[in-house]
Amino acid sequence: MMVFVLLVLIGWELWQGSELSLKKFGWRFLVRSDWDPVNGNFGALPFVVGTFVSSVLGLLIALPLSVATAIYLTEIAPGWVRQPAITLMEMLAAVPSVILGLWGIFVLVPWLRDHPFALLQKLFGFLPIFSGHIYGASVLSAAVIIAIMIVPIITSISREVLRAVPDSQREAAFALGATRWEVTRLAVLRSSMRGIFGAAMLGLGRALGETMAVAMVIGNSPDISKSLFAPGYTLASAIANEFTEAADDLYRSALFELGLVLLLVTIITNILAHLLVGAVSDPRQTLHA
Amino acid sequence: MNPTRDMRRKVVSAIVSTVCFLCAIIVILPLALVLFHLVRLGASSLDWNFLTHLPKPVGETGGGMANAIVGSFVLVTLAVLVGVPVGVLGGIYLSEFGSLRFKWAVRFAADILNGTPSIVWGIVVYALVVMPMKGASAWAGGLALGLIMIPLIIRTTEEMLALVPNSYREAALALGIPKWKSILHIVLKTARKGIVTGILLACSRIAGETAPLLFTASGNQFWSHSLAEPIASLPRQIYTYAIAPYDDWHRQAWAGALVLILFALAFNVAVRVITRGSNPPLAK
Repeated sequence: MMVFVLLVLIGWELWQGSELSLKKFGWRFLVRSDWDPVNGNFGALPFVVGTFVSSVLGLLIALPLSVATAIYLTEIAPGWVRQPAITLMEMLAAVPSVILGLWGIFVLVPWLRDHPFALLQKLFGFLPIFSGHIYGASVLSAAVIIAIMIVPIITSISREVLRAVPDSQREAAFALGATRWEVTRLAVLRSSMRGIFGAAMLGLGRALGETMAVAMVIGNSPDISKSLFAPGYTLASAIANEFTEAADDLYRSALFELGLVLLLVTIITNILAHLLVGAVSDPRQTLHA
Repeated sequence: MNPTRDMRRKVVSAIVSTVCFLCAIIVILPLALVLFHLVRLGASSLDWNFLTHLPKPVGETGGGMANAIVGSFVLVTLAVLVGVPVGVLGGIYLSEFGSLRFKWAVRFAADILNGTPSIVWGIVVYALVVMPMKGASAWAGGLALGLIMIPLIIRTTEEMLALVPNSYREAALALGIPKWKSILHIVLKTARKGIVTGILLACSRIAGETAPLLFTASGNQFWSHSLAEPIASLPRQIYTYAIAPYDDWHRQAWAGALVLILFALAFNVAVRVITRGSNPPLAK
């Protein structure tokens, strides 16, 4: 029972909290791009865009790596490698967000700025997404941090999904003379696509709500920029940074509404993910990820 | 049979295997780097002073995070008081009572709650507790963390109870033992290790949470004398120090992060020791 109470409670409190801003801005809140606390002008668009871009980029980086790792762990790796590798993945998942953010500020971002980002700009500088000054703290840095954070969950769910494929299918393919990669591609991956997609959605859900590490490396500026090297902002990091500064009720209420938007987006993503993953493997196993 | 084609297939297979192996290495790399930098930058500042002293004002070197370390323990304890009873009882309900359809709905809701960003819990508790009480407090922080624990514990408890063979329950009922007694003494006892594991995992997860504490427990540079006062916590202190422009604070942030990760690893090792000793059906 408590669970329902909680769910309703969250929705209700957020709704209440954001009432003022809901009344004032209506649904245009979502498409307005000003964020001006001094004049009491609020719009969520920069945060929605920032959240979406950084999460999807993070997912694009994380997904191939995770699926390849999951394939390695289920199909290729010798038995003695598997358990230690899985333990290491669990440890990576257990690193608190704030520690990853700390490492991000002082180690990852300076390195990204000096090497990969500079290289990207040299090679693809003519594209608008790689133009402009490289500050270091940027949407792209946030995407890299997000990718690091969601790799463990996507890998472990993909692993469950791949393991759910019966061995007889693999054996049948081997018996037909397929090489290891052909077995994986034809007998395993083809039937796991849906589950892997679900794993990606769950990862995306995590990515959207990621707060601390992102707040520490994204640069926190409520502007929409074409360049991925420009600082941005996300829904979650805006709440984290500005909530304590929100002096008047309207400002606070606008932040509540950001929370409401964030909640709705993650709920939709999670429902999709659960429908996709649940259909493939036992949901009991996937939860642990 | 075409030898060149076979050769090509084998080469492709080998290349893909190598790429997958490299990806696995890349994925593990950040963990290795984070740990390496934590030890390199944190260990030098981690001394007895750090563990036993209060933070010093800006400009003075030295000082520590004693209050934050204690604060984190207090908050986790409060969270356990909130999260464990509700979570375990909810898990028992899901596994032992309730109609199928209702259970499905509760399970679904718990999964959704699990996916809710922790910052959202922070503002909900802010509206719920901090605004009426007119100020951040340890209670609010503990409650926020406890609420995050509930769905985690519900799901692990339910899973662990589901692993208890039904024949145990039937045997108890056949002996005429009331249902509540059989649950308490037989089902729970069998699943005890698994449930404790779930609770420890939930603890290690919330101990590192920062976002829900920002405006519920807030922070405190001194000792808190009552649970109604704002209280310091390790993750929050690391955050404040990391984004501040002072080198000495950065040094301390690394040391704090090292302490935090050592705790998290200690929890993890504890979990592993417990699961290793359990009977096979309960081992994951």
